[in-house]
Amino acid sequence: MANIEKNIINGLTDLRDWVDDRFPLMQNWNEHLAKYYAPKNFNIWYYFGAFAILVFAIQILTGIWLTMNYKPSAEDAFASVEYIMRDVSWGWLIRYMHSTGASAFFIVIYLHMFRALLYGSYKKPRELLWLSGMGLYLVLMGEAFFGYLLPWGQMSYWGAQVIISLFGALPIIGDELSLWIRGDFVVSDVTLNRFFSLHVIAFPLLIFGLIGAHILALHEVGSNNPDGIDIKKNKNSEGIPVDGIPFHPYYTVKDIFGATVFLFFFFGVVFFMPEMNGYFLEHANFIPADPLKTPEHIAPVWYFTPFYAILRAVPDQLGGVIAMGLATNIFLLLPWLDRSPVRSSRYRGWNFRCALTLFIVSFLVLGWLGMQPVTPLFTWMARFFSLVYFAFFLLMPFYTAIDNDKPVPHRVRN
Amino acid sequence: MVCVFNYADNHLSDMQGEIMNESNVDKGRRRFLTAAATVVGGAGAAAGAVPFIATMTPSEKTKAIGAPVEVDISELKPGERMIKKWQGKPVWILRRTKEMLDDIASQNEAVSDPESQSSSQPEYAANEFRAREDEYLVVIGICTHLGCSPSFVLKDGDNSPVVDWKGGFFCPCHGSRFDLAGRVFKGVPAPTNLVIPPYKFITPSQLLIGDDSEAA
Amino acid sequence: MPSHRLLYKLTFIFLVVLSVNVSAAVGAKLMHMEVDLSNQESLQRGARTFVNYCLSCHAAAYMRYNRMGQDLGISEDVLKANFMFGTDKVGETMTIAMTKSDSLSFFGVSPPDLSVIARARGADWLYSYFKTFYVDKSRPFGVNNLTFKDVGMPHVLWELQGAQQLSLIESEGAVHHSPTYDDLEIITPGIQSEEKYDQTIRDLVNFMVYLGEPIKLKRGKIGFWVLVYLFVFMIIAYMLKKEYWRDIH
Repeated sequence: MANIEKNIINGLTDLRDWVDDRFPLMQNWNEHLAKYYAPKNFNIWYYFGAFAILVFAIQILTGIWLTMNYKPSAEDAFASVEYIMRDVSWGWLIRYMHSTGASAFFIVIYLHMFRALLYGSYKKPRELLWLSGMGLYLVLMGEAFFGYLLPWGQMSYWGAQVIISLFGALPIIGDELSLWIRGDFVVSDVTLNRFFSLHVIAFPLLIFGLIGAHILALHEVGSNNPDGIDIKKNKNSEGIPVDGIPFHPYYTVKDIFGATVFLFFFFGVVFFMPEMNGYFLEHANFIPADPLKTPEHIAPVWYFTPFYAILRAVPDQLGGVIAMGLATNIFLLLPWLDRSPVRSSRYRGWNFRCALTLFIVSFLVLGWLGMQPVTPLFTWMARFFSLVYFAFFLLMPFYTAIDNDKPVPHRVRN
Repeated sequence: MVCVFNYADNHLSDMQGEIMNESNVDKGRRRFLTAAATVVGGAGAAAGAVPFIATMTPSEKTKAIGAPVEVDISELKPGERMIKKWQGKPVWILRRTKEMLDDIASQNEAVSDPESQSSSQPEYAANEFRAREDEYLVVIGICTHLGCSPSFVLKDGDNSPVVDWKGGFFCPCHGSRFDLAGRVFKGVPAPTNLVIPPYKFITPSQLLIGDDSEAA
Repeated sequence: MPSHRLLYKLTFIFLVVLSVNVSAAVGAKLMHMEVDLSNQESLQRGARTFVNYCLSCHAAAYMRYNRMGQDLGISEDVLKANFMFGTDKVGETMTIAMTKSDSLSFFGVSPPDLSVIARARGADWLYSYFKTFYVDKSRPFGVNNLTFKDVGMPHVLWELQGAQQLSLIESEGAVHHSPTYDDLEIITPGIQSEEKYDQTIRDLVNFMVYLGEPIKLKRGKIGFWVLVYLFVFMIIAYMLKKEYWRDIH
């Protein structure tokens, strides 16, 4: 028995060496897994990067299979989705995984971003890591927007109509630009066809490339941690950080466990509440697109609603569009707005802690407001929380510069 | 793959030795749990692949379109052939004359599988004439070589593929020849006789192709 | 491990928050009914009502007869005899002979396909809709509906329910407050008693919920085993993680 096992291992080792002579296999394995030293004090917030990759894999896989049966034409799109839901064996599962995956992607990404805010992961030397992550987020929003048109329901149609019209608010080029995006005078078969192309090829490629850049940037500078301590400053005689542990096997086994917990909840939604009461699959989207009739109450899918609320809060059309554009892009400036030398909120003063809390509250409230019909009270609330939202960023150079930060320890806490 | 990296790379285990206290490591337990996770995880992955593979099988719509088709053969004259589509494939219905049947019988030596021992057909068509009723040949018009559809060439046609041609089917793609019972001749690329689909007579002039169940 | 407990807690809170029904924001109080897809007889009765009353003007073009037969335990012979009127091919979908231009001239609108209407409207809306037709001489078909104001559809279940009227119009001559469901009363009884009609509608809505998503009958059962598997694997993965992390702690 032992002999056979030895032979198999020897054979595989020989094969590995053969490949290694021709391809940097072990080099990459070591650089990114076996000898990538991650801080040993990762907590729950450090799961979400791995979850994001898992969701991306789910979306790509289910997306490929959906594309086998989906028809990107105004005539057939709605029917082909129902065809997938009914006539294709297991098509319903693949479709629900994809639709749930879209929302799951944003949940995971928002929590991943929150982690960066909480522990200062965007700060020097991780600016490019942060920028590539923000690029991913913006591209993901585009990907979700294009994908949402494809079922060709009422919400798909009018959502696309409204969002594309936002570009029409830009001075001078606005009308021409929205016409160019649609390729028609209204959202039509032409628009659907090009959105399909962007959704299944262009943007997934962009996301794939950006994930690569994101991971390369991460492994260049090394992972941050809940204490915000630079573990590379404290190395042993062999040059290994004393507070670091090899990603493999320690974080691979940890992430496998985490991924299972994630999948447990993910499939809980897929099998038991795929519509999520109209949050993940909106009721009105079960009515085929009708260019002559707008649904009574239209709201974007939940992950866009904070920005939608900001858009509606501004009384001026162009101003609203600008405010919304700023709200999504202002995260890019974060590494340069934050003046505090301390990364982790564990050792930061009350100024930042309070500001972050207020920001999260305003983000959630705006998200909720974005789903509600417009009333005067809600509009004033949206205005107030939009101010809080922007104040978090714009006042950051001031309140972080005078914050009463605490001393940061030299070693990570366990 | 993981195990290759785990077991085989001495350098790697040296390195791990620095952070683990070797004496405390229960290698057996570790190995057992790794194996358990691999087996259970692998089983889960395999089960997860099932829906993806299953979606690529014919859908309910495809099956509905490929449902049995009824054919009215009352207008079909002796010696004539008609073509119907079933499951998207051409199905030939040939009403054979006495002379045609005699020609088939006379060529038992020339065809490679005269009794249809190694060809695909329902039990009731596994005979010399390959039919429920000798008069009617019902056959899928797709060459068993590489899927082209052969053409119907009569005995006295001027484009006979060989001398002394007694009528049958000739595949233009690679030159396979079949007799009027769809039996393949010796020395051509097609390996077996043409496929006979399941069928039955609802009435003497009504055929149902694709279904041969006994119940009405 | 406190961090894992936090993960559970967060996910749980997230699920609870999302479960708060969105449609609550829409307003308009609807009558409520419990959908019960496990009641196969109810589904069969609902299917019978559906093909008899709805399927002449509305299609359900994404639903195949044989799928319905298999799911609801109806044999092909019974299916052909009692449920299929336009076709005898069980693999066909529930389409109708009426063309779009015909229906436009009959109703002024084209009756929508009903395959996924229950997913768009919700069971409560359908249940309320079927119960709140009332006599209104100003409408083309002589009826209006409290749930769907000025609907362009006649009350096809009239013979079953009878006719209702808005009682406050009778008593006060004018509508003072916007009418509610409580203001409806039967003036001409139908073939079915009030309880019987209520049951007919519950069966019909049950069926329409099934029609909206046929896999709903099975996906919970499949999902249960998927979650059982994931739970077992979660335990193994946790033990594996624990074992390796003994090196560090």
